[in-house]
Amino acid sequence: MLKALNIDPGKCTGCLQCELACSFENEGVFNPSKSRIKVFNFHDQGRFVPYTCTQCDEAWCMHACPVDAIKLNKGTGAKEVDSNLCVGCKVCTIACPFGTVNYNSATGKVIKCDLCGGDPECAKACPTDAITYVDADWTGLDKMRQWAAKTDAGQQATH
Amino acid sequence: MTYVIIGAGPAGVVAAETLAKTDKGAEIVLLGGEADPPYSRMAIPYVLTGIIDHGGTHLRKEAGHYDALGITYRQGIAKGLDVKGRKVLLDGGGEQPYDKLLIATGARPIKPPVPGLDLPGVHHCWTLDDCRAIEKLAHEGAYVVLMGAGFIGCIILEALVERGVKLTVVEALDRMVPRMMDATAGGLIKDWCVQKGIDVKTGTKVTKVESRDVGGEDKLCVDLDTGDQIAAHLVVVAAGVTSNIEFLEGTGIEVEQGIRINEFLETSVPGVYAAGDCAQGPDFGGGFNVHAIQPTSTEHGRIAALNMAGRVTPYQGSLQMNVLDTAGLISTSFGDWEGGPGTEMAEVLDAGHFKYLRLNFKGDVLVGALSLGRTDHMGVLRGLIQNRTHLGPWKGKLMEDPHRIMEAYVAHAYA
Repeated sequence: MLKALNIDPGKCTGCLQCELACSFENEGVFNPSKSRIKVFNFHDQGRFVPYTCTQCDEAWCMHACPVDAIKLNKGTGAKEVDSNLCVGCKVCTIACPFGTVNYNSATGKVIKCDLCGGDPECAKACPTDAITYVDADWTGLDKMRQWAAKTDAGQQATH
Repeated sequence: MTYVIIGAGPAGVVAAETLAKTDKGAEIVLLGGEADPPYSRMAIPYVLTGIIDHGGTHLRKEAGHYDALGITYRQGIAKGLDVKGRKVLLDGGGEQPYDKLLIATGARPIKPPVPGLDLPGVHHCWTLDDCRAIEKLAHEGAYVVLMGAGFIGCIILEALVERGVKLTVVEALDRMVPRMMDATAGGLIKDWCVQKGIDVKTGTKVTKVESRDVGGEDKLCVDLDTGDQIAAHLVVVAAGVTSNIEFLEGTGIEVEQGIRINEFLETSVPGVYAAGDCAQGPDFGGGFNVHAIQPTSTEHGRIAALNMAGRVTPYQGSLQMNVLDTAGLISTSFGDWEGGPGTEMAEVLDAGHFKYLRLNFKGDVLVGALSLGRTDHMGVLRGLIQNRTHLGPWKGKLMEDPHRIMEAYVAHAYA
């Protein structure tokens, strides 16, 4: 069964270990600004919310790519950017309604979560189980998925 | 069942693939007008910068991709339709019968009525053949004039700058990217280009291109309405595009700016559909528009194919959106960024750092946005607009500080 990142914001303490682990694994630096997972800080509520790609079925990024540079990894369900094919046109960064594909000006390519090939470092680094890697059907991503479904170009918009 | 698709751009290819998956065993014929395999025009500037070779523009990279899906690729240009007899009439005399037809003939560059645009050394940047011609002429240090600083012009601008040419950009309207950017952002993009040493002449028209009988390679002379003349080795014309719909004259298929299609992407003739840059389809604001952008073409292709195969799928309408990299300055625009009566606008400008963000609201719903100098999480602007998210108290926070857009998004979509 496919697995997915399950995020429980209630358990997040804002320690940013996930961002450091992600940037080190994927970009070779401990630099939160290069992380594919981001922790948002809601100061006025004292709340932290980790946020990254849900590897959604609609895969706007993959379908919008003009050069076939984003592919489905059938083993993990992740939509992965092939940096050799990516031209850096950034269309995927505006097509993804979750805003989880970002342009990296240092490389001229886009970056997004690829589940680290099936062993996500963010989940391993999280000390409070706010980020876990679990069976996809079980996760609490439903709210985001419902929200995503409304953006689907092939559905009537709900008003 | 024989499905025929005229046009092998992104809309046509996605439609063919969707048909192959949805109606297994059907005959699918994909007609392409050019000698190259189906490719992305969007990717051509990246050939010019050397990021990819010509093959890197191909829409699908695996050898035998179309055969494996049972899609027959046929080279041919449609010159007319026999709607009653259900046949595509091909240039050169052939025919292609169909049961259901998708017209995805795309667009072509406009050649403005300026004398001299047929001279050698004057090119559009639209096809791979154009690309080959520009590659030969646009060498380092070559004098190049780019006509048009719209969206496509600016992408080409970036590529020409990367090639190290001596570039002059001539735009007839009063600012750069006038249809995608407001005066503030368009002005900053111009300032940025000027700082990079690019000569940008806005509010200026090319009146004539002439050949010069002189030594050296700069055989073209570009006359401007200011009275200036520029010697050039290459003139690139990027003065807008228009839908390829002329071949439908006399067929009864309703056309305006593009081919009018309903929410099922069907034309006024049953069984004939249209998608992509040639189609004037439902837009997100409730009207009908040609949105000649990559996301719309692939959405059109997929949804038209589903409807052709009998899976009734209404289209919620295309949302105009663009992202542009002008010599390193990145800008985006979404939806109704111009606003107007009944809308409210919030903006934050840091001109010194070329950063700008503009949000347009109707009530507590985001309806449009512009950005300059931002690359993080830009897609949420699409998400908030297209989901018509009621922002509630976040509307006020965003009016005060538009930078908090991602927080507003996470608060609504997820947290």
